[in-house]
Amino acid sequence: MKIRAQIGKVLNLDKCIGCHTCSVTCKNVWTSREGMEYAWFNNVETKPGIGYPKDWENQDRWNGGWVRTPSGSIRPKMGGKWRVLANIFANPDLPEIDDYYEPFTYDYAHLQKGGESKAFPTARPRSLISGERMEKIEWGPNWEEILGGEFSKRSRDYNFEGVQKEIYGQFENTFMMYLPRLCEHCLNPTCVAACPSGAIYKREEDGIVLIDQESCRGWRMCVSGCPYKKIYYNWKTGKSEKCIFCYPRIEAGQPTVCSETCVGRIRYLGVMLYDADRIEEAASAENVEDLYQAQLDIFLDPNDPAVIEQARKDGVPENWLEAARHSPIWKMAMEWKVAFPLHPEYRTLPMVWYVPPLSPISAAAEAGDIATNNGMPDIRSLRIPLKYLANLLTAGDEEPVADCLERMLAMRAYMRAKTIEGVTEEAIAAKVGLTGVQIEEMYKVMALADYEDRFVIPTGHREDAEDMYDERGACGFSFGNGCSGGSTPANLFGTNPRKKLQTPTEVF
Amino acid sequence: MNTYLNHLLFGIYPYIALATLVVGTIIRFEREPYSWRAGSSQLLRCKQLVWGSILFHLGVLFVLFGHIVGLLVPIWVFDSLAVKHEWKQALAVFGGGFAGMVSFIGATMLLHRRLFDPRIRANSAFADTGILLLLWAQLALGLATVPISLSHMNGEQMVKFMAWANGIFTFNPTASLWLDGSHWIFRVHIFLGLTIFLLFPFTRLPHMLSVPVRYIWRGGYQIVRTRRSLING
Repeated sequence: MKIRAQIGKVLNLDKCIGCHTCSVTCKNVWTSREGMEYAWFNNVETKPGIGYPKDWENQDRWNGGWVRTPSGSIRPKMGGKWRVLANIFANPDLPEIDDYYEPFTYDYAHLQKGGESKAFPTARPRSLISGERMEKIEWGPNWEEILGGEFSKRSRDYNFEGVQKEIYGQFENTFMMYLPRLCEHCLNPTCVAACPSGAIYKREEDGIVLIDQESCRGWRMCVSGCPYKKIYYNWKTGKSEKCIFCYPRIEAGQPTVCSETCVGRIRYLGVMLYDADRIEEAASAENVEDLYQAQLDIFLDPNDPAVIEQARKDGVPENWLEAARHSPIWKMAMEWKVAFPLHPEYRTLPMVWYVPPLSPISAAAEAGDIATNNGMPDIRSLRIPLKYLANLLTAGDEEPVADCLERMLAMRAYMRAKTIEGVTEEAIAAKVGLTGVQIEEMYKVMALADYEDRFVIPTGHREDAEDMYDERGACGFSFGNGCSGGSTPANLFGTNPRKKLQTPTEVF
Repeated sequence: MNTYLNHLLFGIYPYIALATLVVGTIIRFEREPYSWRAGSSQLLRCKQLVWGSILFHLGVLFVLFGHIVGLLVPIWVFDSLAVKHEWKQALAVFGGGFAGMVSFIGATMLLHRRLFDPRIRANSAFADTGILLLLWAQLALGLATVPISLSHMNGEQMVKFMAWANGIFTFNPTASLWLDGSHWIFRVHIFLGLTIFLLFPFTRLPHMLSVPVRYIWRGGYQIVRTRRSLING
């Protein structure tokens, strides 16, 4: 047993209002740069939809994630090492930028400088790549926002697998949910496995997956390897970039920017302990439906004295063990079983988990007798098909998702009885396998969601790794090249000087 | 050709070019690691890149290794292996000619894409377009030497080139004399080759030094880095 700790994350989709504050704050901090305009380390998709980049969940097309070979081992779906190297001159599984969207700006200056004209002046779009006029914008990072576009296109959503999807195209039966997505900081990341340069790595201390920008050679295999398409090739610098889980903030004990600014308070951060020696075993589970349970099995109970002892031996700091005992992630994923990994069938063992959303009673159920179960609606009569959520979160296994939704309904019924009728109905809790005390804690963490309940983040221990005295006067974060920042007007070594793309408004 | 000019271009210039290549590359690796990358534009436009890039790279790798082995391995090694000069030249002309043709087709596709695709053109640095033009011209010149070589297949001229290349690397001050009397296309080809060496560190070419062969024998797939060991271990 080799115990490692990771800062895990849970997103409570039941409370996501799709405001995109997470995406915008993240973009402002990390990706508002030339070459990264198209990249959203965090984006919010409306489901059902094919998402961003287009069709990212279709691994028959993009070949992301892992496959289990007949011998029982796993290898990247895009191919083993020789296969990756064979494709180094041209990667057949790489999305083109139009699969994300062509980044653009508007000729805002024309509104001020346009001169006299018969028509009202407009700010027309212009490509940020070529600087040319774009007559029509075909796609964007959130093109399907709130069910935008035809159902026939949106319904190509991979999660409709095994669902009779036609009726959901009807207005009365339609459903939607939001899915905020970021790098999953997987236990078994395919991006790391696919990187020929060995530039991508997982940090032992907190599990954050990073790209070493000085070692990255831009072979862009990671983009294909990642089944969530959360690695972005910076077309200006020729290096790949990804969500860094705001590690400078995490090290200081602060939540990531997306979590901090989430107005719906849906995001949770906390420590999970896991057995690093069993990662491969868990990722190699024979049936994809077993992968969710396999991942649960390698998480370790932070209250178990044997685990604590081994964790100390393996160098997990004391404040991390303390944080693990109060981890909201542990509570939601392990104690209450209300959080699930995103697409466990990719075999990456992702560490950003999701609480599935409840939804209104479907029109079909309402027309007839509402199927109820002891006063609570049957979760199969909810608008969002159970199979759809199961395809998203448990590789198609409906049972765990159904149990979770029942627990969330029970939480509502229990708290309603308590606060409105003033009675404590232990029976409601018992029916879903919980106690009243547990339900009340669930309510505190998931419904009230106070800051200190959402974020239990131990500070990092840089003092163990670096002599801080040597760091005095250092330049901190810069784009390579030490303190120079690469801002000289000319560069001998072939790269373009960093400049803002000028949009030639004057020309028209 | 003027002996002085001949000596300047093929006796002295090689050292300037090679020294710049070595020193410039080391400085770039050390001082500007962020700029060290393949510089792929596949994300922006896949069209024409897949075939262009594969043909160009495969061809050029064969040609490059052919030149290294063919020029730098001393002739006595081939003699002792009983490789006739005629055979060696035949391999160079037909094998190299074929690979050069493959590479030339690829380079033409890439050059067309770089010059005429608006996205790629807008994102090409001077060095990106420049080095591709030079490589394209170099491949064309290399292919132009094939008919000349075909007219004398006895390997005599080839052995002279080998003696010159060996002479440069053994610091022989009279090395440039071996090129006296060779066809001008050969000499332009050699001069342009040396110029590409000279420009190597200032273009995207150093990515060839980062061929990720270590990937093959890297243990397993996953990589975990820790900071703790920096002090504790």
